[in-house]
Amino acid sequence: MIWNEEFETLPREQLENLQLKRLKDLVERSYYRVKPYREKMDEAGLKPEHIKSLADLQNLPFTTKDFLRDNYPFGLFTLPLDQVVRVHASSGTTGKPTVVGYTKRDIETWAEVMARALACGGVHRGDVVHNAYGYGLFTGGLGAHYGAEKLGATVVPISGGQTKRQIMIMQDFGSTVLLATPSYALNIADTMVDMGVDGSSLSLRVGIFGAEPWSENMREEVEKKLGLKAIDIYGLSEIIGPGVSMECIEAQHGLHIFEDHFMPEIIDPDTGEVLPMGEEGELVFTTLTKQAFPLIRYRTKDITRLIAEPCVCGRTFVRMEKITGRTDDMLIIRGVNVFPTQVEHVLMGVEGVEPHYQIIVNREGSMDTMEVQVEVSEQLFSDEVKNLENLSKRIQAEIKDLIGSTCKITLVEPKTIQRSEGKAKRVIDNRNV
Amino acid sequence: MKVDQIAVFLENKSGRLAAITKALSDNNINIRALSVADTADFGILRLIVDDTDKATRVLKEEGFTVAKGVVIAVEVADKPGGLARVLSVLHEAEINVEYMYAFVEKSSENAVLIFRFDDPDIAITILQNAGIKILTGEEVRAI
Repeated sequence: MIWNEEFETLPREQLENLQLKRLKDLVERSYYRVKPYREKMDEAGLKPEHIKSLADLQNLPFTTKDFLRDNYPFGLFTLPLDQVVRVHASSGTTGKPTVVGYTKRDIETWAEVMARALACGGVHRGDVVHNAYGYGLFTGGLGAHYGAEKLGATVVPISGGQTKRQIMIMQDFGSTVLLATPSYALNIADTMVDMGVDGSSLSLRVGIFGAEPWSENMREEVEKKLGLKAIDIYGLSEIIGPGVSMECIEAQHGLHIFEDHFMPEIIDPDTGEVLPMGEEGELVFTTLTKQAFPLIRYRTKDITRLIAEPCVCGRTFVRMEKITGRTDDMLIIRGVNVFPTQVEHVLMGVEGVEPHYQIIVNREGSMDTMEVQVEVSEQLFSDEVKNLENLSKRIQAEIKDLIGSTCKITLVEPKTIQRSEGKAKRVIDNRNV
Repeated sequence: MKVDQIAVFLENKSGRLAAITKALSDNNINIRALSVADTADFGILRLIVDDTDKATRVLKEEGFTVAKGVVIAVEVADKPGGLARVLSVLHEAEINVEYMYAFVEKSSENAVLIFRFDDPDIAITILQNAGIKILTGEEVRAI
């Protein structure tokens, strides 16, 4: 179902007119109300009136996470705090978190795009939505919550953790939709097996999974284990939270960007040049309608490409391909770029390999070494050494095809790799670089 | 003619073997024979116990990866040439031994050889035709 037919199927020309009008307004608001923005534009010799067409967007300076940190906590808000009704913050694994603010209208906009996203994934009024995204400073829980309520679904605001209790509640409440990170969804599936709970005793139909990159093989795995259709959702707190883009259940290919609110560009992460339509690079967003904390050309560090071809679902919004990785998740092993999702894709392609893995990177002398830890399930285990060694060699060869160098495969006992209750920690990088 | 064996995956870190033997001991399970195959990265413990099903259940509950399989137990005289004769019979019949281990019976003059074959049924026929004594599961458990 299309939640907002008028905007989601707008002819491209009308959409672009709307985007330009909103862009001009955004640049003006940012320039006159926020000193750090004004300084940046003055430095580049730009005034708001220089924005005459959408193509002029690429002359504006980028906004980076560091710029947000430099103006911590509220320095980039365009409105005084008496108009800001909520703040959220990123996890901030390195130093200070990044803080984002919302006016009343921003919260409404967010609920609107999130309702569109859920509808796009096949959720509707009458669904029981089990929302296992974390509630709190993280945008996942509350963002999804408001959207599901706006849609008219019944929300179970369970947040993350206490997995056994979550399963009991899904059984008892007849939950039809699961919202979670893909790694937590797998944790739920495995815990069900341990508890002896059969997947058919649940009523799940759709899983809306996001907040971390995941591979196509992981999708198959989680669909099989939980008996649902797994749909990818994208968002980041800086832009608004979940609901920036969403896969449609019809195509399950590419995520529709809600372009009347968020304007995408793909750039070369090294040079900053805007790349032609369809080429892969770093995703950059400009928030066209956000009031309290708008962003111009924010570098997401996520790697993807845009798909301009019309979609079977009827939405006219451009699609972005499933995120393959982030520039800061990207491991450079002996000069070769590797994303954890690529390793995941290889592992999930081997029959019997459990979707729990960890990548450990070390530096020995001047040489990078990569170790992949894989859990030995009963399906893989054999009493003969050669069978296990063949398995290691096979995984090793497939990863070598991918990254061009040999990594070490370590077989570990089941359930020794830490299970995710939110975002999974896939990589331990011990290099001090 | 076949004997049940359980194999357990051992991650290469200290205390794993101790954890397995403790779980068996706490549940009053007696080990009849064992061998450990080790590589640089992991090990495989193979066990013949007096109660295979119980041992399998206990170890799975403790979180170990367990595989049940069958091996052949051959009894030979505990003197020079005992093993050599069995191996030469197998070699002539072109039967490949995946792995083997052995122990000496405490109450007799005999030794027991445990063999793992790809195709145990053919191996049994060959050994029996050569007049070699094969022990049953009960006989091994009763040793």
